[in-house]
Amino acid sequence: MSVHDKLTLPVSRRHFLIGASLTGAGLVIGLQPSSSSAAAEAFEPNAFIRIPGEGKVVFVMPSVEMGQGIYTSVAMLLAEELEVSLDQVELEHAPADPTRYANPLLGDQITGGSIAIRAVYEPMRKAGAAARIMLVNAAARGWGVAPETCSAEAGHVVHAASGRRAAYGSLIKAAAAETVPQEMPLKPASSFKLIGQSVRRLDSPEKVNGTAKFGIDARPEGVSYAAIAICPHFGGKLRAVENGPAMAVKGVKQVVRIEDAVAVVADNTGAARKGLAALSIEWEPGPNGTLSLVDLEKRAEEAIDGNALPHINEGEVAKAEAEHGPALEFVYRLPILTHSAMEPMNCTLHVRSDGCDVWVGTQVMGRARQAVADVTGLPLEKVIVHNHLLGGGFGRRLDVDGIILAAKIAKQVDGPVKVTWSREEDIRHDCYRYLNYSKVTATLGADGMPVSWRHRVIGPAVMARWLPAFTRDGIDLDIMAGAETPYAIPNKYTDFVRHEAPEGMLTGNWRGVGATRNLPAIEGGIDELAHAAGVDPLEYRRRLLQHKPRLLAALDLAAEKAGWATALPPGKGRGIALSEDFGSFAAMISETSVDDEGGLKTERIICAVDCGQVINPDTVEAQIQSGIIYGLSAALYGRITVQNGAVVEGNFDDSPVLRINETPKIEVHIVPSSEAPGGIGEVGTPGVAPSLLNAIFMATGKRLRSLPIDHNELRRA
Amino acid sequence: MTYDLLVNGKKYVVDVDGDIPLLWVLRDTIGLTGTKFGCGIAMCGACTVHVDGVPVRSCVMPVADAAGKPITTIEAIGETAEGARVQKAWLDIDVVQCGYCQSGQIMSATALLAANPSPTDDDIDAVMAGNICRCGTYPRIRAAIKLAAAGR
Repeated sequence: MSVHDKLTLPVSRRHFLIGASLTGAGLVIGLQPSSSSAAAEAFEPNAFIRIPGEGKVVFVMPSVEMGQGIYTSVAMLLAEELEVSLDQVELEHAPADPTRYANPLLGDQITGGSIAIRAVYEPMRKAGAAARIMLVNAAARGWGVAPETCSAEAGHVVHAASGRRAAYGSLIKAAAAETVPQEMPLKPASSFKLIGQSVRRLDSPEKVNGTAKFGIDARPEGVSYAAIAICPHFGGKLRAVENGPAMAVKGVKQVVRIEDAVAVVADNTGAARKGLAALSIEWEPGPNGTLSLVDLEKRAEEAIDGNALPHINEGEVAKAEAEHGPALEFVYRLPILTHSAMEPMNCTLHVRSDGCDVWVGTQVMGRARQAVADVTGLPLEKVIVHNHLLGGGFGRRLDVDGIILAAKIAKQVDGPVKVTWSREEDIRHDCYRYLNYSKVTATLGADGMPVSWRHRVIGPAVMARWLPAFTRDGIDLDIMAGAETPYAIPNKYTDFVRHEAPEGMLTGNWRGVGATRNLPAIEGGIDELAHAAGVDPLEYRRRLLQHKPRLLAALDLAAEKAGWATALPPGKGRGIALSEDFGSFAAMISETSVDDEGGLKTERIICAVDCGQVINPDTVEAQIQSGIIYGLSAALYGRITVQNGAVVEGNFDDSPVLRINETPKIEVHIVPSSEAPGGIGEVGTPGVAPSLLNAIFMATGKRLRSLPIDHNELRRA
Repeated sequence: MTYDLLVNGKKYVVDVDGDIPLLWVLRDTIGLTGTKFGCGIAMCGACTVHVDGVPVRSCVMPVADAAGKPITTIEAIGETAEGARVQKAWLDIDVVQCGYCQSGQIMSATALLAANPSPTDDDIDAVMAGNICRCGTYPRIRAAIKLAAAGR
């Protein structure tokens, strides 16, 4: 069971296992009214709903919106039980306040891990129900009728028998005087009006007409604009810089030095960038100044035989290997990846002696506030974080390094300052998905089916610094996610070799987290076993999944839609990859062609997904499309190289990403389900690379085990 | 030196160096933040605006080159027939995800339709390949351009 799967347990046990283990105490999302609820101007039954006397109902969003559609989905959950239509609501970013807006499964105000819907599916509906019950009770009391004889619809309480009808806005004072209900019975799925319907995103209009505000768009009164150069060498420092050339540029006001960076402050970002470009900055390369990717890969290679911590031990793997050997053995090698969100890192701050305002888009609101308090020395309550829409997250904005850097600069600037990273800084100072190697050793029985499976995962323990509750006995539970495979193999052993990047190179979470690390080896591996056994890879998986009905159903649906049974012409291949993570089940089939020169064309990717109760089917489709394209970018192009302890690539010219002309036909098929909702934002990514590797094998007979895909290896001899 | 800019039908006088990219003058000096910064080297298309009716990457266009010419940004593209159709199609298909690149996508798509009212898939590829979307809204962008073209 992976750490993510644990989150699919029933709510009560989830709280016990996850909430308790993360925080030492079970966390419940705050459904008590805020202190200002008695105020006359609006009814605030809880932290998520505010009903003014006139105008739209305000929903406060506990998760941040970075494209995944969570604002619309959470609004649907609240509206479903509050009985308002979505055109009657407007959305507001939550402030940084983990006491009210922490994700109950993560124990902090974090948006990540495809966990938002799993965490709030019930609490948000309860928040809506509580507000509705109070409004109904208030109306009934005013009318002198029993609340049971009233109903709620489209923002009104209705007493059908007398034909009376009251808008929520007219009830706010009376509702605020009602007690918060202890019991909030929720609608059965059969009564859902919104949940399960394809609803248009609530954030589309502003994103289509240019009025949407991302962090980079913050323009507080009197703001200055800064461009920044960070020491290119990991762990290096600033040695020296002369201000003169920058100060000579029109509009430049100031050159700011911090330990490992230089910033030029000007009255527009263009002038700041021009000033920065004029500087001759001397860097102290530090301890990693001679490191290259070759060195890093050599270290990772050596780590394969390093000290391993045992993770899962089922059956008797050594005995099975002795009886059924020789074992098949293969190593899968994954490169260093960037996130490359479209909105480069940025943060605007106004640091004053009595407080600080921060304008940023972040996945970690609470940590952002804490980081600024730490840098400025201000009390936490004096730091106000104004959250914004995020121009992509993908895990990059789960770290606050950019906020810390900006705060250090802003401390030296009079008035508000916006620090905008260049694309080059964004790529060269990411929180990288670091090198990840997997060694798989397996034996087959006389029938060709696997008897033992040994999987060693080599990579960094990101959770050790990022979320220590997701470690156990030194093992990063995220990086091990699913390493044991979903397949029925009697003897399984997984272990973990912690292998970190050099000091000063930040490594972090990347879309799909553990699953994207492990799936190439698992799904490539099972394909290799099927081939060794001479069994069709679909049939092989089916035999091993009889105990996994949801995954099997997804596989069967994908196979049917892909036309697996029909043969492909020479030079074309199909490949399967299955994933079971984030509380969802996905089967992906890629179809590709490879020409004699090694040219690869991904023709079609089919994904069948069972993510339990669907909130917004259109969002599920969009997120699977999104996850697939993100994964395909990485599979085809994702690879960062290092020279002199610095990242070589710097922009979309030498670090390309997928473009529209390279995008295959993508088909998403949802397996209907009434199970608890699973996550969806990351489900599409992990299966892409392995399904493509398997398709390439079918097309060419060549088994690639390294990413990104190397066309030279596919060239026909 | 000062430059006269005509942005969305409104005149602005800006006092900046002539080699400052138009992007930063639009965003920081004038305050039209709908146009986005993505790469700074004309590789991603997020900063696309129309100058004299032609789509340009404002991150590499010196402000001096745009002076005196009509400039249209995402904030006003809905006032053109093609722009309004594209924006409506974007809503009907629900293209956006994070939304950051979408200003540039819409500016490119609008220019495409203005020049070619019935683009083929290859035509769409040729023009829209200049605009990166990391959320992977490409399938929906393609669908929305076709819808906008059909709704002519």
